[in-house]
Amino acid sequence: MASNGEVWVYAEHDWNKLQDIGIELLSKGRELADELGVKLASVIIGDKVTRHATILFEHGADKVYACEGSKLDNYDTAKYAKVLTDLTGQYKPQVVLFGASARGRDLAPRVASKLRVGLTADCTDLQIGDFKAPDGTEYKKILYQIRPAFGGNIIATIVNPNTRPQMATVREGVMPPPPSKKGKKGEIVKAIIKMQNLPNLTSILHREKTEKKVNLKASRIIVSGGYGVGSKENFAIIRNLASVLGAEVGASRAAVDAGFIEKDHQVGQTGTTVRPALYIACGISGSVQHRAGMDQSAKIVAINNDPEAPIFSIAHYGIIGDLNEVIPMLIEDIKKRRVE
Amino acid sequence: MGLEILVCMKQVPDTQKVKIDPERGTLIRKGVPSIMNPFDESALELALEIKEAVGGRITVLSMGIPDAECILRDSLTLGAEKAYLLTKGDFAGADTLATSYTISRAIKTIGKYDLLLFGKQAIDGDTAQVGPEVSAYLDLPVVTFVSDVIKVEKRSVVVERMIDNGKQVIKAPIPSVLTVVKARQRLRIPTIDGIVSSFERNVVRLGPDDIGADIKRCGLKGSPTRVKKIFSPEGKGSTSYIEGNLEQMSAEFIDVLKHKGLYRR
Repeated sequence: MASNGEVWVYAEHDWNKLQDIGIELLSKGRELADELGVKLASVIIGDKVTRHATILFEHGADKVYACEGSKLDNYDTAKYAKVLTDLTGQYKPQVVLFGASARGRDLAPRVASKLRVGLTADCTDLQIGDFKAPDGTEYKKILYQIRPAFGGNIIATIVNPNTRPQMATVREGVMPPPPSKKGKKGEIVKAIIKMQNLPNLTSILHREKTEKKVNLKASRIIVSGGYGVGSKENFAIIRNLASVLGAEVGASRAAVDAGFIEKDHQVGQTGTTVRPALYIACGISGSVQHRAGMDQSAKIVAINNDPEAPIFSIAHYGIIGDLNEVIPMLIEDIKKRRVE
Repeated sequence: MGLEILVCMKQVPDTQKVKIDPERGTLIRKGVPSIMNPFDESALELALEIKEAVGGRITVLSMGIPDAECILRDSLTLGAEKAYLLTKGDFAGADTLATSYTISRAIKTIGKYDLLLFGKQAIDGDTAQVGPEVSAYLDLPVVTFVSDVIKVEKRSVVVERMIDNGKQVIKAPIPSVLTVVKARQRLRIPTIDGIVSSFERNVVRLGPDDIGADIKRCGLKGSPTRVKKIFSPEGKGSTSYIEGNLEQMSAEFIDVLKHKGLYRR
């Protein structure tokens, strides 16, 4: 079932602002579209949203499908799903990607089951490749949807050989954001939807934005310190490394229990579960409980003076050494390069 | 008021205890205990609280191997009135679309419900798709990531829901589908009375014919997605060590950041 349909990325926006995930996905979307030789499009739904098109073009979209209307002001599952289902039916993209955010994971399944197509959740990578089915049928250039399963114990590559579009939600922070090209233009397609046909099912009575002091979940990089940091005062070196990397500060339970840092920073089973693009564990031995809260991070670096520390068993990169020497060196090096 | 509440649940391997065969990259399921999906426990607890507050009846529904009856039996001891298990070879190997189709067929067959509760996701697949997909098949509204039920009225329910950077209070009509995050309360433990009175109730097993399902849309046959390959995550047991003197380590570390697109500004 060959298709020359476009690659679509759903552009999420909230509080009048485009969310990072919809922009971030354009880098992977661009790669896939180029490999397939098709156009890359962003889809944006809401009230007065066409003004966001410029940013989407500058980050790689060839086209923006904009569906506007005052009835679409606030995100609503049923309405947005209806719009997206109709647009997909009309324009027949071959790939539709969403962020694996609360919004994306609310919207995508509603659309997928209406279209009766497959959907792969929370992908950490996407590729284009061929697939040979057990019955011998060969499929050319289809979407490989790569994701962890069983609590991160395995990674699976999923394909949708027969149904189109191929749909996936993609984890935030695992793909580098696309470069921005100032002044790049594209085509705006104003999508026409009969507003009176939109369902009116649920209503938002109240919404509040929580400004967290410590936003571990939204951080692409987390620098975490453990008991090995040694003292409350010495935690400054963890904060300093986080600061030069633009990262959030995390901690193990042992560090929190020892009073080195506040509980808001705790990562692990009884703290926050995180999966940033990069997790740097400093002086953390890596108990099962801590690992459960961070082992789905895309890349893990462990700095520890004990080569036997269990954290190394899940780290992609290990530095065996004294964090009091290694981290200051890193900080200095990063600062120096920045000046150059 | 008397609400009819349905709780859909899944029996899952305790993923915390799953081990990997390092050579074949497959899961070693042997010896791993099966449990009620923790988010479904929250959904059941929430259903029990609603029942206590406004009255009603709870039905539990699952799809899986015959052994999944255990979690339904547990639900009966806690106060669920009815239990159904979809268990037939035709249902095996289902992805979320086929699962949702099958569950929606079952729901249409077994009764009319005011509230349909699901855990937000199962800890083995982690998709969070079945609740919303079932709601689409049933043409019912869905509210995902519900953390609490604030008010239940005759024709509507007011719930609190967690979103990426905040929360919302949503009013949804009855009937609606709710998917539940971890509740404030842990699932209660059964009382002796609860256990004894559950003996009178049975788990009803359902096959495709019982629910008028098209078997071409169930199980592996009805699943548009295919698993192409399964492998162990990179990094587990394949740590690359950054070595050398401090300057070398530091330089290599920064190279890693650059390579991963994490070194900005």
